[in-house]
Amino acid sequence: MFGFIFRRLLWMIPSFFAVTVVAFVIIQLPPGDFVTSYAADLATSGSPADSATLDALRVRYGLDQPMVVQYLTWVGNAFRGDLGMSFEYRSPVASIIWDRLGMTTLVAFCTLAFVWLVAFPVGIFSAVKQYSIGDYAVTFLSFLGMATPSFLLALVVMYLSVEFLGYSVGGLFSPEQVNAPWSWAKVIDLLGHLWIPVVVLGVAGIAALVRIMRANLLDELGKPYVETGRAKGLPEATLILRYPTRVALNPFISTVGWVLPVLVSGDVIVSSVLSLPTSGPILIQALKTQDMYLGGALIMFQCVLVLIGTLLSDILLAFVDPRIRYDN
Amino acid sequence: MMFDAAMKNPASDIVVDVKDLSTWFDTGKQVIKAVEGMNLTLRRGRTHCIVGESGSGKSITARSILNIVPKPGRIIKGQVLLHGAGGTGGIVDLASLHPKGRQIRSIRGRDISMIFQEPMSSLSPVHTIGQQIIETIRLHRRVGKQEARERAIEVLAQVRIPRPERSIDSYPFEFSGGMRQRAMTAMALVCEPKLVIADEPTTALDVTTQAEILDLMKSLQQRHGMALMFITHDMGVVAEIADDVTVMYMGEVVEHGPVKDIFFAPKHPYTQRLLASVRALEKRSHRAGSAAKLRSDDAILEVSSLSMSFSARRSLFSRKPKEPPVKALDDVSFTLKRGEVLGIVGESGSGKTTLGRCILRILDPSSGSIRFTGRDGAVADLAALPRRAVKPYWGRMRMIFQDPFSSLNPRMTVFQVIAEPLLNHGMRDRRALETEVVSLLERVGLTRDAMWRYPHAFSGGQRQRIGIARTIALKPELIVADEATSALDVSLRAHMLDLLLGLCREFEMSFIFISHDIGVIRYMCDRVAVMHRGRIVEIGDADAICDAPSHPYTRSLISAIPKPDPNLRGKSQRIRYVSEVDG
Repeated sequence: MFGFIFRRLLWMIPSFFAVTVVAFVIIQLPPGDFVTSYAADLATSGSPADSATLDALRVRYGLDQPMVVQYLTWVGNAFRGDLGMSFEYRSPVASIIWDRLGMTTLVAFCTLAFVWLVAFPVGIFSAVKQYSIGDYAVTFLSFLGMATPSFLLALVVMYLSVEFLGYSVGGLFSPEQVNAPWSWAKVIDLLGHLWIPVVVLGVAGIAALVRIMRANLLDELGKPYVETGRAKGLPEATLILRYPTRVALNPFISTVGWVLPVLVSGDVIVSSVLSLPTSGPILIQALKTQDMYLGGALIMFQCVLVLIGTLLSDILLAFVDPRIRYDN
Repeated sequence: MMFDAAMKNPASDIVVDVKDLSTWFDTGKQVIKAVEGMNLTLRRGRTHCIVGESGSGKSITARSILNIVPKPGRIIKGQVLLHGAGGTGGIVDLASLHPKGRQIRSIRGRDISMIFQEPMSSLSPVHTIGQQIIETIRLHRRVGKQEARERAIEVLAQVRIPRPERSIDSYPFEFSGGMRQRAMTAMALVCEPKLVIADEPTTALDVTTQAEILDLMKSLQQRHGMALMFITHDMGVVAEIADDVTVMYMGEVVEHGPVKDIFFAPKHPYTQRLLASVRALEKRSHRAGSAAKLRSDDAILEVSSLSMSFSARRSLFSRKPKEPPVKALDDVSFTLKRGEVLGIVGESGSGKTTLGRCILRILDPSSGSIRFTGRDGAVADLAALPRRAVKPYWGRMRMIFQDPFSSLNPRMTVFQVIAEPLLNHGMRDRRALETEVVSLLERVGLTRDAMWRYPHAFSGGQRQRIGIARTIALKPELIVADEATSALDVSLRAHMLDLLLGLCREFEMSFIFISHDIGVIRYMCDRVAVMHRGRIVEIGDADAICDAPSHPYTRSLISAIPKPDPNLRGKSQRIRYVSEVDG
């Protein structure tokens, strides 16, 4: 088991490098660079910069180097904890994103927990009561949930909570707490606000997972070992939870790998709408202005989350399913 | 015999009495009467076999007794009377209880338990054997975990699972099929039930394993004196173990009585037909008798020193030493003459299927040669040819598959299925194709209008005929038939084999006929090769091998086959073969 985890950790290293290359290439894909968009900004504000100044800027930021050199510098610096300077904010990337990454992680994991807690029992219900009115209702709501864009849902929830709950729903804190130091009051305030993004982000995930759980369980419910359990005299509820659900859980667990990144990327637009202090809004901004170090760091972070999610689901799966061999 | 005394006082001996039981499946569109007006009396210490072909309602009867009929089935009328439920001596009508209620649950597993057909899928893959047995104990008895565990080990020892105190913590996938079925039996016996229902418990097992499980069940029944209801379609097994027999057909009982009455004085025409089709497989086909004299020099296939191994996979970071490759074929040599039918027999895992696939070069052998001599006299070593060069030979060597359900594409019409090999080998004209397909269909006994229907519209036997039509479409010289009749009901097998033999003579085809069923081999084949662990241990004339086998493994294999004659029960000595490899 430990050997297995160790090997999986080793595999993460090449995966991580592959991911940084992809992140870097994505950042470089749009034509031009930060200087071009900076020049365009200057031009629209009526004071165009001459090309000598722009070239000097390029040299200063290392943008005149070939792409491979730029990549190696970037990765090399990143390993020393230096994620580069943001062109836009003119301050180190690390200091900009640190708080926001924490918030993103918090929101993502809360949402994941929420998604599982809801999807699991609802999925079981939907499968066991297949073709009942309850199942049809769940199915209808699931498709509705999958089809509704989360930013639209965010707007609806914002409207409803302002209208009926009298909340300030923008952000994760009330205005008076935003800049306050951490305290119990701030944590409670956070929890009061956190549920909105968690629900908004969770709905699509819940809908998808309910369908997955239902399909998995329906596959298992007809298996002979369920009949064996019934012939033993097991009560129906115990039977379903202990046997088919246990087996159907395995594909469910492997969804962590992709649910986590979906949540984080879904967060980009939703957090702009809800103006959350997460990494989403600044990622959009960084991509628009081609602020390559800031954008690259954020994309890299998302990729790392994917890697962690996959690792988590692999380890959980190996833990839960005795049929998985660790050594092969 | 032992229970003659009990026979004289039948009423006190009844464990379960089924009266006028009907179980229907209402699918909304139609009502299927799976069981209709069933009567059955199961007595202590006796084995009652339920016989019938697939779909005759045997399994639904078993499930009706336990009241676990799958949806949308429902017990419509009738009674299932359990005598002495919970040791009180009272009579309970199980059919009238709520199927999810507490009372019926306390009876399942304690008074009546069940052994299922598929030992692989009938045990949970993610729980240990022990967890599953201990659960049964603790459901019905107030005992502590440790005590339950000791009881489970005791029962595992009773079903002769080696090292029970360690095996109890194994998962089902770590067991072989026979061992799983033993574990399943242990689970059924653990609460000392009055009635054990076994639903085709040996159908998925090899003959040698089947013989061991049957021995085990007999000895356990003598020890505990429970009633055994044994569902099977194999008349050999019935002759081996039954005291009483009930024959079912289309959901109804057509005949019942003591085993000797059923075998020697069957009254109902269906029982007579069933027995006739079983006995037909006891001797050689009348068609096989007319075999043309084979010219000894005219060999179509010469296989020499053929070996094939599956190498174990190894991952990049694994530190374990590489496992040795599994030898599926080990130095196999034989010659097949033109027009000959060669049987290959052996247990699962003996390399029969691998051999068939290597000959067709679906798998690549690791060494040896396969010399194929065509009608035109050209000789080629198939083992040495590169993949691309094998393709033209696939028109001359073809395969018949085991499963008539999954070997036909459900989205192709029968015309498309049969015409596909013709198209692949260059026949393009639509009208010519249609004529050809019609004549092929008629040759295998199907009508012309079958052409435009999809496979799901046909029964298993008809589908296998479609598969055969596809196989002979290119007039091949060699056919490899891999368990071609195993998925068919006994009553259809002899017909199918006669059809194949007729085709073999008509088109001068040679056959390699792979089967685990000696009866089928004897009926069909001129010569037999017996395989064991990738080697051919014996090869010779079919009659000689079946009647006077010389290799000890062949002898054990033949002695394990249940003979469909209750008079022979206990007469023939079972021979066990211990391989030299095992020591």
